[in-house]
Amino acid sequence: MSFLGLDYPTLWFLVVGGLFAGYAILDGFDLGSGMLHLFLKKETSRRIALNAIGPVWDGNEVWLVIGGGALFAGFPEAYATLFSAFYLPFMLFLVSLIFRAISIEFRSKEPMAWWRNGWDRAYATSSTVMTVLLGAVVGNVVLGIPMDNQGNFTGSVLDLLHPYALIVSLLTVAAFALHGGLYLSMKTEGALFAKLERLIQSAAVSFVVLFVLVTMVTLVFMTHVAEVFRNYPILFGLPVLVLLSVASTVRLVARRAFRWAFFNSALNLALLMGLVAASLFPTLLRNRIPGGRSLDIYFSASSAESLETMLIIAAIGGPLVLAYTGFVFYTFRGKVELDEHSY
Amino acid sequence: MDVEILARIQFAFTVAFHYLYPPLSIGLGWIMVVTEGLYLKSKNPVYGRLSLFFVRLFAIIFGLGVATGIVMEFEFGTNWATYSRFVGDVFGSALAAEGIFAFALESGFLGILLFGWNRVSPRVHFVSTLMVALGSTFSAIWIVVANSWMHTPAGYHLVSEQGRVRAEITDFWAMVFNPTSVDRLVHVLLGALLAGAFFVISVAAWYRLKGQHREAAQKMMRLGIGFATVAILAQWFSGHRSAELVAEYQPAKLAAMEGHFETGAANLYALGWVDAQNQKVYGIGLPGGLSFLLNGNFEGRVAGLNAFAREDQPKAVNAIFQFYHIMVGSAGLMTLLAFLGLWALWTQRWEDAPWWNRILVFSVFLPQVANQAGWFAAEMGRQPWVVYGLLRTKDAFSPTVGAGEVLFSLILFTLVYALLFALFIYLLNKKIKKGPSDEGYLIDHRPKHASWIAKSPKS
Repeated sequence: MSFLGLDYPTLWFLVVGGLFAGYAILDGFDLGSGMLHLFLKKETSRRIALNAIGPVWDGNEVWLVIGGGALFAGFPEAYATLFSAFYLPFMLFLVSLIFRAISIEFRSKEPMAWWRNGWDRAYATSSTVMTVLLGAVVGNVVLGIPMDNQGNFTGSVLDLLHPYALIVSLLTVAAFALHGGLYLSMKTEGALFAKLERLIQSAAVSFVVLFVLVTMVTLVFMTHVAEVFRNYPILFGLPVLVLLSVASTVRLVARRAFRWAFFNSALNLALLMGLVAASLFPTLLRNRIPGGRSLDIYFSASSAESLETMLIIAAIGGPLVLAYTGFVFYTFRGKVELDEHSY
Repeated sequence: MDVEILARIQFAFTVAFHYLYPPLSIGLGWIMVVTEGLYLKSKNPVYGRLSLFFVRLFAIIFGLGVATGIVMEFEFGTNWATYSRFVGDVFGSALAAEGIFAFALESGFLGILLFGWNRVSPRVHFVSTLMVALGSTFSAIWIVVANSWMHTPAGYHLVSEQGRVRAEITDFWAMVFNPTSVDRLVHVLLGALLAGAFFVISVAAWYRLKGQHREAAQKMMRLGIGFATVAILAQWFSGHRSAELVAEYQPAKLAAMEGHFETGAANLYALGWVDAQNQKVYGIGLPGGLSFLLNGNFEGRVAGLNAFAREDQPKAVNAIFQFYHIMVGSAGLMTLLAFLGLWALWTQRWEDAPWWNRILVFSVFLPQVANQAGWFAAEMGRQPWVVYGLLRTKDAFSPTVGAGEVLFSLILFTLVYALLFALFIYLLNKKIKKGPSDEGYLIDHRPKHASWIAKSPKS
């Protein structure tokens, strides 16, 4: 069973990868602006920042729901192993996700300073915790997790606190902070914009430093990643593209071309996700134990019948989602203007 | 406590808490579509005010529904890994359809619904409201399809691979239209309409008690009673059909619902208590009533619990009996209130009768109680199976997650949800007290729809 020369599990691997990349690009700027929230000191600034993501964050978050569902549907083995292995981190993630949602919704519903400050803190903290955990999960996926031959996780939560996962976490924080800062800069003007300029510059510097660090550590210590690229030299194009893209972001930030830098930052995130996907393929969950069996897409995949149905659903639903997501972003284009309906 | 029971408590608790909100969003969503549609047609400012008011309440309810909904999608994997491996192939396509057709639709258009008043034309705004209502309804469709499949699996075959058995889909449409999905969907959606209708009735009755927003309260009462009457009447037919399907596909569950132990004529209780130890029911009801409803005569044979192997019987018979009867009892009260409400509106009685309005204020709990109790009866009645006849609950949880971890997350969710619930009640109450504002109502839309709303100060 194949389409365009790619078999169904490969196609679905691309769909799942695409959804997670979409999530990183879309909710990435929500999470980024959340992490920058407390750096904005004025009440109006905070309201403008919240309303910049106000009409879109809920739709952005759905990409994670669809991505998780797509993983469950297409690769139930990998989904079950991954989610039960990361039990505590995912529970913490869920609680943060809930707090992020309600702090956005509830913050401006009362005028008291203590109420608003409290929710501002909850918002920034939950956005940060979500980003850190997402980064740690990606780090651990690249690293692999200890599993037995049945695909059951054999480690403990301490195995997930590997230094490599921690530096990938930090990189994710910097990347989202930069992404969120760039998004906010398109939506703001005046003193707030000037403040964001400074934040963007710090985020860009941290991003580049951490990017270089993670790249070096990966090349030196993650030998299995380097091996994939040695086996498929054509994939070398990807890291080259990532390097060019990151360099271009730095240039655009330095030239204060923030709108272009934002789109470039989105490209960075997509390419980084692509890099992770390429370094894994066709494995989904690598076994950290040397010689242990990993879960690859063929073993984990649902039946051809099921994948075909879902590919049809994705082919119908995907363009619809993109069309009305585009419509919503178009409707709320331009700088934020607070009105009586704003947060 | 062991992992299985903790994982079950956690799932039941998180899904029950979640289920306070979506039925309300779905029901209120359609009422919003009607008020905004009426406003566009009649330009009556009262409908304009109501539309804006409902949207503000909807924002809070919907927000909590989304925030608490993602938890379950994660729990399938975190707590029920073996279940996920078993059903992923079948369940997955319904879940994928849910995400892409329902969640994306409702969350996408929610932005325009909440913040787009000054950005789009009234027509586009109305379409957005409609899309949000449709999206929330679609989300019910797919999740109920998936849940129904767990009760009456169809369109699959079992595959054994490397020592593991899993269900694989063979016919997508047979899975979607499994024997109970259409009926259960209708049942759930009517329950959602009832939740929305009685919510609106309750708020209207409260304004009557306070003597506020008279005109708006009158319109709300009419809408609410109208929706409630139609939905509750339809719900009796749907409920009867559900019972027939349970009798056909899950006879052990039906036996538990009425505390029916020995095969033979079965009673229909109004109230009762099941002594499972001695296999007796103390209660009042119609002898042979269940037999009559299913077979048309009072002696009709209905399979009793004892007809099933011990390990295939649901354990908590009294709980299932009580939940089932609480649901039916709430439906009876809702029917009574809907008819009385209709009669009172028709004859223009009781508009200022405090006793009547006080009852209506509290009526908001009835559909919520019925919805919760109905789900508990349905899901506890499915035990000991998680997928009926195919996978037992005791074989379905995650083998790698410890009891301590689940206990920790259960405590965490309990604390967080207690806080969420307190905030929900506080903010909802505040918005209701503020009411359909006289200042921020919708007005005729101006050229280039710069603003179709009279300015009101930010609350």
